[in-house]
Amino acid sequence: MTTPEILQYTHDSGDFSKLIAGIPYAGFIGLECDKFGDDLIFRLPPKAQNLGNPILPAIHGGVIGGFMELSAAIYLMMSQDVQRMPRIVDFSLDYLRAGLDQESFAECRLTRQGNRVANVMVTAWQTSRSRPIATARAHFLLTD
Amino acid sequence: MTQTNTLTDQHRAGRVSRFIGTLNQARELGLSVESAGEGHLTLCLPYSEKLIGDPRTRIIHGGAITTLMDTTSGCVILCALPAFELCPTLDLRVDYMRPAEPDRPVYARAETYRVTRNIIFTRCEAFQDSGETIANCVATFMRVGQNALPKSYRDLITGEGA
Repeated sequence: MTTPEILQYTHDSGDFSKLIAGIPYAGFIGLECDKFGDDLIFRLPPKAQNLGNPILPAIHGGVIGGFMELSAAIYLMMSQDVQRMPRIVDFSLDYLRAGLDQESFAECRLTRQGNRVANVMVTAWQTSRSRPIATARAHFLLTD
Repeated sequence: MTQTNTLTDQHRAGRVSRFIGTLNQARELGLSVESAGEGHLTLCLPYSEKLIGDPRTRIIHGGAITTLMDTTSGCVILCALPAFELCPTLDLRVDYMRPAEPDRPVYARAETYRVTRNIIFTRCEAFQDSGETIANCVATFMRVGQNALPKSYRDLITGEGA
């Protein structure tokens, strides 16, 4: 569970294990996160169960979407005064390259935060940040 | 090609079942074919605690809904084209109407509403037994041609290798 205590601990220590352990879907796809100063880099290590296209093989596009969507939610919880999993309103995803069976990374940027809604941009890449595999944009509802 | 007319709904469901059987993530989620017809398809995602996004509510994470809708939108192409073509997703837009109620399956019904030489446009609705919409999704796919895949794999999906 993402309690304020766990969020505070994660924020102070940079150790995401407790936070991620409280989100079953994060464990399901194998999402991890590292903190560098104030910056967060989300990681998705290769995992056979995440594959879609068996010929390439490539990560299932839906998993890449889920990885980016969850990264954006965790990013909001860590950078804003959001004390629990924010509710997603919409999610728009552009696939740019096949996500091969190797580690993927994602970073998020808060484009705009209003009182009730936040707009987050997410970029995902594998070997080089300059060759993104997908970009996404999401709106989250911060109130009930 | 007039092969479309010879495809029955049973063939279409068989193709999609065999195809999602080759996708590790679809197997992991337990996706199954509910119904298939010309240009439309419904898949089912069973409830699972491993997909929960927030244990306080036991609601499954949007990522699982995204994967369900991406898979259904991609697979409905198998119900629309006479030959098996694997079409990469160009983009996907999901609008979340309401969270999915825990302990009950989520269904996704997709249709191809425009098929061109290069691009396929789909729309998809995720819903539960109560009939309430969970999410809506529109997506576009690029046609790369059937020769982009090895013949052995195409035969496996179309059932012609048997």
